[in-house]
Amino acid sequence: MSDHKTMTLTLIVWRQKNANDPGKFETYTAKDITEHHSFLEMLDCVNEDLINSGKEPIVFDHDCREGICGMCSQVINGVPHGGQERTTVCQLHMRKFKDGDTIYIEPWRAKAFPIQKDLVVDRTAYDTIIQSGGYTSCHTGGVPDANATLIPKEVLDYAMDAAECIGCGACAAACPNSSAMLFTSAKVAQLAVLPQGKPEAAARVQAMLNTMQECGFGNCSNHYECQAACPKGINVKFIAKLNREYLKALFK
Amino acid sequence: MQLFKSTVGRKILMAITGQLMVLFVVVHLLGNSSIFIGPNGINAYAEHLHSLGPLVWVFRLVMLTLLLVHGIYGAVVTLENSAANPAKYAMNTKLERGFASENMIWTGLLLLAFIIYHLLHFTARVTPGMTLQNDLQGRFDVFSMVVSSFQHGTIALIYVAAMIVLFLHLFHGIQSFFQTMGWNNDCSRPVISKVGRLVAVVFLLGYSSIPVVILARILT
Repeated sequence: MSDHKTMTLTLIVWRQKNANDPGKFETYTAKDITEHHSFLEMLDCVNEDLINSGKEPIVFDHDCREGICGMCSQVINGVPHGGQERTTVCQLHMRKFKDGDTIYIEPWRAKAFPIQKDLVVDRTAYDTIIQSGGYTSCHTGGVPDANATLIPKEVLDYAMDAAECIGCGACAAACPNSSAMLFTSAKVAQLAVLPQGKPEAAARVQAMLNTMQECGFGNCSNHYECQAACPKGINVKFIAKLNREYLKALFK
Repeated sequence: MQLFKSTVGRKILMAITGQLMVLFVVVHLLGNSSIFIGPNGINAYAEHLHSLGPLVWVFRLVMLTLLLVHGIYGAVVTLENSAANPAKYAMNTKLERGFASENMIWTGLLLLAFIIYHLLHFTARVTPGMTLQNDLQGRFDVFSMVVSSFQHGTIALIYVAAMIVLFLHLFHGIQSFFQTMGWNNDCSRPVISKVGRLVAVVFLLGYSSIPVVILARILT
């Protein structure tokens, strides 16, 4: 890759020692970055330099690095995951930036996602929401026949679109109200249309909404910022679906 | 009760009360338009409304209830939302949200202030600068009251400014109702959004036209 032009970038990164530290921004220089580096690889390079000079590296979450795990929770220049459509931070490449750019890197900011260290936040609240109803209660036993429960193609597609959510937290991070409504609605909508999920639909929507509130997320006020930030393109039509499911549950 | 505590329940209450007030705004605009017919039009309309007797008070109480429910939950959710989002981003890039959607609480509070002023002005008739008299048929002369008021630049300006605030509130509010009720889908949402904004423009132009044509001495 030596024949490629390299970039030098200024990074303004949120550094926070632990959950109780007030935290502050630090400025770093990323050198010898090529357009083929992913955003996380660029941070790896900066961290190598930091380690070599005896400094504490920037702590950030990552796992699969192929855009499906939802661990890389970074707000880049004010946009969760950096603003490339349907792209997580790990799949964001440095060709989206220019030599000399200044990049702001911040953790998700929401009361329900407390910062653990630097760019790492605790996303347990999303698990708590799922645990309160984002499942179907099934009897265990033999493997069911594949065609025992027929599901129309359009219903299946709808459920699959909702199931694309990777629970990364970008929706709540982007929301000016820190509401987790897009995340909650994706699971409610996915299960509400499937025959396996229908019996518990009313209890599910109420339980998951209550848990969302208890976890400290805000109220949805239809800004649609979540849909724009979602790396999986989860549509706000699922929030409308959740609202319908809630109304149905009220009269049950 | 679940409806009053739940995040979506309160959102639905706000949506329904808001939308009922929008219906009132439609009827009020149609009623106001009778001013263009002249003194006979609006004075007869006002006389007819007041002849409804106790129904007027029932209607006022309903409107007050709608306003209270909408306003109180508006304030509650705004406070909760800022508590849920205590630390702001150093760089805050807007993707979908805009001035109207972000300032609902402020446009709402300004509208509340306007409603109080408007009631003191044309309902209680305690603000200065207007002619209060009966017309030749012995009805209260609403036409003279309105025309004499809007001939003052300041009063006309307050009304036009308030209608801009209403426009901003409904620019986000009308489409928000359909999303909250779940009466939309992926295809209809952008259309509903555009129609809602168009309705907000119609209100702005319709309502503002009255003080503007009076101030310009087109309607005298």
